[in-house]
Amino acid sequence: MADAPHIPDEAKTRARWGNFAWTAENAEQVKTIIARYPAGRQQSAVMPLLDLAQRQVGAETQTQGWLPVPVMEYIGDQLDMPYMRVYEVATFYTMYNLAPVGRYHVQVCGTTPCMLRGSDDVFAACKNKGLVKGATTPDGLFTLTEVECLGACANAPMVQINDDNFEDLTYDSMSAVLETLAAGGQPKIGPQIERQTSCPEGGPTTLKEMVEGNHDYRGAWA
Amino acid sequence: MADDTAPVAPPPFVGPLEDKDRIFTNVHGFQDWGIDAAIMRGDWDNTKALLALGQDAIIDIMKASNLRGRGGAGFPTGMKWSFMPKESKDGRPSFLVINADESEPGSCKDREIIRHDPHKLIEGALVAGFAMRARAAYIYIRGEFIYEAKVLFAAVEQAYAKGFLGKNACGSGYDFDVFVHRGAGAYICGEETAQIESLEGKKGQPRLKPPFPAGAGLYGCPTTVNNVESIAVSPTILRRGAAWFNRFGREGNRGTKLFQISGHVNKPCVVEESMSIPFRELIDRHCGGIRGGWDNLLAVIPGGSSVPLVPAREIMDAPMDFDGLKAVGSGLGTAAVIVMDKSTDIVRAISRLSYFYKHESCGQCTPCREGTGWMWRVMERLRTGDADLSEIDMLHQVTKQVEGHTICALGDAAAWPIQGLIRHFRPEIERRINDNKGGAPMMEAAE
Repeated sequence: MADAPHIPDEAKTRARWGNFAWTAENAEQVKTIIARYPAGRQQSAVMPLLDLAQRQVGAETQTQGWLPVPVMEYIGDQLDMPYMRVYEVATFYTMYNLAPVGRYHVQVCGTTPCMLRGSDDVFAACKNKGLVKGATTPDGLFTLTEVECLGACANAPMVQINDDNFEDLTYDSMSAVLETLAAGGQPKIGPQIERQTSCPEGGPTTLKEMVEGNHDYRGAWA
Repeated sequence: MADDTAPVAPPPFVGPLEDKDRIFTNVHGFQDWGIDAAIMRGDWDNTKALLALGQDAIIDIMKASNLRGRGGAGFPTGMKWSFMPKESKDGRPSFLVINADESEPGSCKDREIIRHDPHKLIEGALVAGFAMRARAAYIYIRGEFIYEAKVLFAAVEQAYAKGFLGKNACGSGYDFDVFVHRGAGAYICGEETAQIESLEGKKGQPRLKPPFPAGAGLYGCPTTVNNVESIAVSPTILRRGAAWFNRFGREGNRGTKLFQISGHVNKPCVVEESMSIPFRELIDRHCGGIRGGWDNLLAVIPGGSSVPLVPAREIMDAPMDFDGLKAVGSGLGTAAVIVMDKSTDIVRAISRLSYFYKHESCGQCTPCREGTGWMWRVMERLRTGDADLSEIDMLHQVTKQVEGHTICALGDAAAWPIQGLIRHFRPEIERRINDNKGGAPMMEAAE
């Protein structure tokens, strides 16, 4: 596959990540995660552990993180799973990065609901800031990926950058988000227009009492 | 002769819904999602009394409410619960799995429930889990809902801290746990057996049925997989009664529903409305109308990407429910309404969906793994017009070969949008192909 990630050189990866171990904080977190599943079913914890490991790698490399092979082996050992079963999971799900990514992983939704509302403009804004699909910028700041529907269709078009959603984008607001991030700032999360979450722009058509206070509608139940 | 003294059934209520009849009162997140605010809005209100109704009575009320599953297939929820074993003959526990892997293009309702009204879902998990005699519920939330998962983890913790979950949940004498499991970006994990595989720590590839999950699901134990919305509405249905829920919508399509309107409307939004609300009413009342006016409407995908599109003239006054949309050759799905106006490149819009299915095919069944890629490539040829007229029929034939020949419904879901496009927009596809052949108009038959 042409768009498959380029798996980094194994010897180098082993030299860098061969001694991977949980931080004290994450080791505690791992115990909590494994306890969610019945005894003997610890394999269920592989997905949350891969996510946690990717975040730890990210914290150590100042990026969104990725999953080097020795890290996957470490998780396999911990869960008493063959390495290949871990690798299968890591390659099946798109959120696990098999190769290093930049500080900010810019994931632009290009599926039809976002396309209809102008995801082409969002991609154009990325392109004009030097981002290339499937690649990391030379300064290591941005990796651009086109992703499939992220489930924020009433706020299309949208982008997820690391853990944050930016919604109701235009060419200008997407450019501004990237500029702010490049300058080390934190752009406003959520809709980039004057709008409360997925409420219609300009104010709600329903449940207007909720704007002012935590209204209890049970008094009107008949 | 008809007896004209016999009472005639009044016409069904098809909206607009009054605020007092809305279940998700904090759907837009104007107020706090936390447990104290949720209690003030009516959640966790004497849940012990709901559980005291008893398992069979709860299932009977759910059956009488005529709630149909909100995840797309519309299977009656009460009946689904009743398939679970009443006692464990071999010591296996039962599980409830709540499907929050919302990934269908167009769908964004579970997200609003989870980030703004999570306690409706968690209380529903307890009530439903109790009714089906489950030991625990796993909520499988899609990986990309990172903020939503944080809220959900915190909300579950709040419920434990109040004694609503865990040992002797809500003082009922019933022990019940709720766990949250995050996915990692695979649409197919919204399919129930793939979700179970994923929960077990494997690739999310669907299982053959039978055995059905109610017999052997998660860890080989009896399991029911329900959509977030189906579970989250159940405590309110129990509190207000089946008759209340039956007041809304047409027969066979009862209740209230979260509609998610995206695309070319003036104000896209998520809104709870009565089932069977006419499309025009839904759009005019909540979305500020179609961009450029009703004459500018081209087509609508009324139930998420998996259902066929419906041309403007057929959808305008259609009732938004299972049967009404089936009658126009489509379906309600998750009520994710994708609106397209006349500026839309309709072939590209559907081709992009074909790419989505190609990307999301799990690769297990050959017709889907190979077919989705093949269909996308031909769709791209049709988009640019760089194809032969005969390829339209060939593509249609291939969609028929994929449809119904795979373990799960992803193959069908990939085939239907293309079939809908060919059914309604064949002249547009032919125009592109003819234009591409040097711009010469189609040759008239020579004398």
